[in-house]
Amino acid sequence: MTEIWHAFTKAIELIISLDPEVMEIAGRSLRISGTSCFLASLICLPLGSLIYSHHFRGKRVLINIIQTLFSMPTVLVGLLVFVLFSRAGPLGFFGILLTPTAMVIGQMILITPLLLGLTISALSGVSKETVDTATSLGASGFQTVWLVLREARYAVLAAVIMGFGRAISEVGCAMMVGGNIRGFTRVITTTISMETSKGDFELAMALGIILLFLALIINIVLNRLQQR
Amino acid sequence: MKGILPKIASTVLVVLALTLLITVLVTIPGCAPGGNETGNQTLKLATTTSLYDTGLWDYLETIFEERYNVDLQITAQGTGNALALGKTGDVDVVAVHDPAQEAAFIAGNYSLNATINGNSTARVTWAYNYFIIVGPESDPAGIGGGNLTPEQAFQQIQQEGALNSTAVKFVSRGDNSGTHGKEKAIWKAAGYNYTADIEGNGTADGWYLETGKGMGDTLTVANEKMAYTLTDKGTFLAYQGDLDLVTLLDTGGSLLNVYSVIICKNGHNPGMAQNLTTFLRAPEIQALIAGFGVPEYGHPLFYPWDPEICGLP
Repeated sequence: MTEIWHAFTKAIELIISLDPEVMEIAGRSLRISGTSCFLASLICLPLGSLIYSHHFRGKRVLINIIQTLFSMPTVLVGLLVFVLFSRAGPLGFFGILLTPTAMVIGQMILITPLLLGLTISALSGVSKETVDTATSLGASGFQTVWLVLREARYAVLAAVIMGFGRAISEVGCAMMVGGNIRGFTRVITTTISMETSKGDFELAMALGIILLFLALIINIVLNRLQQR
Repeated sequence: MKGILPKIASTVLVVLALTLLITVLVTIPGCAPGGNETGNQTLKLATTTSLYDTGLWDYLETIFEERYNVDLQITAQGTGNALALGKTGDVDVVAVHDPAQEAAFIAGNYSLNATINGNSTARVTWAYNYFIIVGPESDPAGIGGGNLTPEQAFQQIQQEGALNSTAVKFVSRGDNSGTHGKEKAIWKAAGYNYTADIEGNGTADGWYLETGKGMGDTLTVANEKMAYTLTDKGTFLAYQGDLDLVTLLDTGGSLLNVYSVIICKNGHNPGMAQNLTTFLRAPEIQALIAGFGVPEYGHPLFYPWDPEICGLP
């Protein structure tokens, strides 16, 4: 028990003193997951609107598939990115395995279903009357979608934040395609895993606290948005 | 806009967007977050976890980077995984310790010869230490005392474990690492069929446990289970402070552990990989390797290259 307490106080010390290693790793996590979340949003918000606004055969099935992929295991995404981008794989000529780029792509694949699905349900949450009114007033298809997107902006933003949360907290894919290279692809979760296996709990705990703190901020923002 | 049209439109959109983004990400290095930009060159190294977990690479990395103005990117993997990354050229050079797997790698024409002391060789040995058998202090299988060979000790663990798997357990890496390769070799030399007798019956009887993880993790598991395990001496010394396990057997020719580097034919920086081999065998670096860990642990973790033990060139 004293050991845990010692590690905990040491961890707080590392955070308060803005330990360069801790800050560097936390910063890298934020950058990589921020990038993947931003890029995934660029794809998913328009695509989600597109799926929402059109009625086609198999729409229900498609949405079911998307929702199933919410729980896609991170190691499966890791495996997929690994075999695709290994130099022996079909996209190997890019040479990006064991780089932050591969991690961004992995996280994008991981959170795309989540962002798509939540965007669609966010848009579906807008009342039917709003859509009908807009249409009856002569709004074009695009204008209607834009209006609905604006109406649902808080729910959509919540979806994006959820996606970010999933990206920054996953370890399987980051470890497999990033390789946990110090100063290059080492992020919060891979460091925690490595340091714990080494028996050095201070750094692991400091980063764990930071990750929880980030989650707390995300939750506060999320709550605020939902109350509006 | 009904029917098949939206599907086509969305598919085209996704493919276009993905292609565009990947191109952008790949071509603009600034978009790749993180990374320390020391010079333009990078050298990718896959190393065994037993070397990395001791902290030796963290120690040598800075010296190498400064000397050659290069960004050395190190990923710690088991020997099997490291060699797999080397085969595909995802890394430029590997630092491993499993003679059998190394020989297969070289025979498969995945290696590039390095020049060391004027000789050309595929496998450059640069340090060694010994594997040790560790276990609980109570030593329920009775292998300590210094009278047994590693093979006899393994036989004893197998027999006692089969009789009473609650008291006697053995934890294996089970990950095709160099340590796992050594363990398999000892089981074989002790007269067992590894797959049938040990992995098969041992697992069924409950005394043989495979973690599938690195050396540090495996030591932690052995510690939690109060079990025996085979470990390289370097990692054990580095972890000893957190463990209740003790060294029970550390002599016997089959426990020798030689580390080598091999340049990967499909890698992208063979020149810098050659520099790494030269670097590791340079006298001043050899002296650093010999002294590594001594102030902290009281023993050296690695012994410098010795032609009598590691072989020439």
